[in-house]
Amino acid sequence: MDFNLTKEQKDIQKAAREFAQGEFDLDVALDLEKKGHYPSEIHKRACELGFIGMHIPERYGGQGLGLLENVLVVEEFCCQHSGIGIALSLSDFGSEMLLQFGNDAQKEKYLHSITNGEATSSLAYLEKDQGGNFTSFKSIAKRNDNGYLINGNKLFVFNCTLSGPVIILCQLENKTRLAENGALVIEKHIDGLVSSSMGSRIGMRMIPMSELTFRNLEVSHECFLGSEEQGQTQFMQSLNKTNIEAAAIGTGIAQGGLNLALLYAKQREQFGRKIGSFEAIRDKLADMATKIEVARLLTYKAAWSFDRNILNSTVNCMAKMISSETALEVARDSLHIFGGYGYIVESKIEQFYRDASMVNIIGTPERTDKGLIADQVIGKI
Amino acid sequence: MDFYLSKKQRAIRDMTRKFAREVVAPRAEEIERTGEHPYDIVAQMAELGMMGIPFPKKYGGSAGDWVGLHLCIEELSRADILLGIILDASTSIVAQEIFLFGTEEQKQKWLIPLAQGKELGAYGLTEPEAGSDSAGLSTTAVLKGDEWIINGSKQFITNTNLDNASIVIITAKTQRDLDGKMVISTIVVPKDAPGFKVGQKYEKMGMRAGATHELFFDDCRVPREFLLGDIDKGFAQHLTVLQTGRITVGAIATGIAQACFDEAIAFTRKSFQGNQSLFTSQRVPFNLADIAMEIELSRTMYLKAAWLKDKGEKHTLEAHFAKLFCSETATKITSEVLKILSPYGYLDKYPISRYFRQAKLFEIIEGTSEMQRLVIARELM
Repeated sequence: MDFNLTKEQKDIQKAAREFAQGEFDLDVALDLEKKGHYPSEIHKRACELGFIGMHIPERYGGQGLGLLENVLVVEEFCCQHSGIGIALSLSDFGSEMLLQFGNDAQKEKYLHSITNGEATSSLAYLEKDQGGNFTSFKSIAKRNDNGYLINGNKLFVFNCTLSGPVIILCQLENKTRLAENGALVIEKHIDGLVSSSMGSRIGMRMIPMSELTFRNLEVSHECFLGSEEQGQTQFMQSLNKTNIEAAAIGTGIAQGGLNLALLYAKQREQFGRKIGSFEAIRDKLADMATKIEVARLLTYKAAWSFDRNILNSTVNCMAKMISSETALEVARDSLHIFGGYGYIVESKIEQFYRDASMVNIIGTPERTDKGLIADQVIGKI
Repeated sequence: MDFYLSKKQRAIRDMTRKFAREVVAPRAEEIERTGEHPYDIVAQMAELGMMGIPFPKKYGGSAGDWVGLHLCIEELSRADILLGIILDASTSIVAQEIFLFGTEEQKQKWLIPLAQGKELGAYGLTEPEAGSDSAGLSTTAVLKGDEWIINGSKQFITNTNLDNASIVIITAKTQRDLDGKMVISTIVVPKDAPGFKVGQKYEKMGMRAGATHELFFDDCRVPREFLLGDIDKGFAQHLTVLQTGRITVGAIATGIAQACFDEAIAFTRKSFQGNQSLFTSQRVPFNLADIAMEIELSRTMYLKAAWLKDKGEKHTLEAHFAKLFCSETATKITSEVLKILSPYGYLDKYPISRYFRQAKLFEIIEGTSEMQRLVIARELM
């Protein structure tokens, strides 16, 4: 057992923190948030310095490091600013599918552009009335001699208006029967792929969020990702990484929220005392710090296991659940410590609260997470 | 013991419910999005007598009671909390303070138009350095000849800078003639008083149409007779009406909690549609059961406090219980219902997104939860 980060990991953490402190300008962030614009400039610079896709092998432009290193970066980014942090962290959303199951040509084609900042990836999996069940999709890819014909639609697809690949989960249809789920990877900007904005929302406003519609969209055989038999397993496996990243986002936002509250509590005076000296506030801050420590430990454990190929989707789901919950609770309590000031848009903490509420939509929905954990702990009845 | 509403109370509730459903609800999203004050809706409320329910007819009121007013406030807030907030400041607090402590002349001049809803009143207590510690204010009023010369600033003041916002009642430090002691007094400042300036409108996380501004008094002059009540009882007077404001916030929070429930139950009924039973899925239905119970408790608490007020009984504990319980319940319910509606509810096209951003406010205004606990604990010990 060893809870220390390595020297390299600490250096990465420090570098990410310094980058975020230097680059995430508050006025720029407020403006991006208001307009719902993607932080393209900052994303570009983060890629130049190698912060995006740390776990992607060097031959594809990544750093060839582990997911834990990636988690450290995500955490620092989201800690400094929830909005910009989430946007950068999700810029490689779904790329895990490519990395794990793509063929050489697909990896060559797409992964470089994701790590060098020319592209962001998207994963289209959620459909209307999906519930917590990802075993079947209503989007159908029908195989014919030239490739596939896709029909259907997908909701809540991140990054869709930005250039790069989108991975589409759908049900495969052979000549005779519906077969396994499968994944297809295509360029987002191609004719026939209709994308419309899902409109404004509580948080995560800097990330384009779209509904995708496929109407007899023809794609070639080369777009198929992975194996036809393993489509479902591939998808669930790739979500392991997504859930761990979501956990890191939650932990980072929570820490950032606490940091803001700490600064304020040490500076704001009421009744002739710093409010941080009142027991009620101190207890709140202590609870917040405790929750964050728990969330972080589970997040690191999940990432550490992932890097050692210890497949542990239960821990991943637990990490995501506890971290997203912690993010929301801590951001809420932090806003509360700011009182009226926290409710004003310039306060920064109000954005943390809004963004924190949406961490649980990244990766698998909470009901899916709970189901997976329950299956694991209960076993057969 | 009698939990029945009177005929008049029922009539007010039913009339408001109909008005809220038909007139207010269809406009609520637009009001929040544009941030524009709904003059026409407030004018209709005035016509229906909603702005002066607890005051006698001779002062422009409807000769109802505080239970009736709060039923009205809950129903309005269920459609749009903004209207609840407007009533909170103008009716529960400002009009009541004039009713309880004003001279006959002051009642004629200010109470009648407020109770008739022709004008709106604002309540200026909070200052940049005096939030929870509202007695730690620094605004001063010096008597010079027949005029008060006011200097200082107030912040987060709602119902200001509107065409029909006529007065703001402020607390200020004054010097008692008798012994030269510094005391806190209450002074009525009309919107056109020389030296009175309204700052920029605050951009808030929610309730964006709330006319909330910073106020500046720069050698602001008002006639000597605009002092309200006793020169050295200004703070005590404020606390008296603030207690009612706390019941009012309880009713508003109950309204928004009820609105969340309305969304959740409609969504759940639709998604259940007979293909699931409570034996196969309990998570959401049980959650709804808890939410319904908490709302019923919230409602019962604010009604009990209002009922005690109508009876002329002491209700310090009950008013603070209502504010604390209802506001914390509302915030909790918004995030629970968001999860039930996940991921759709995060989109602004679903009202729950608005409720989530708005609800946190109620744990802050009219005294943070900590201040409620402080008063309750002091009362108990």
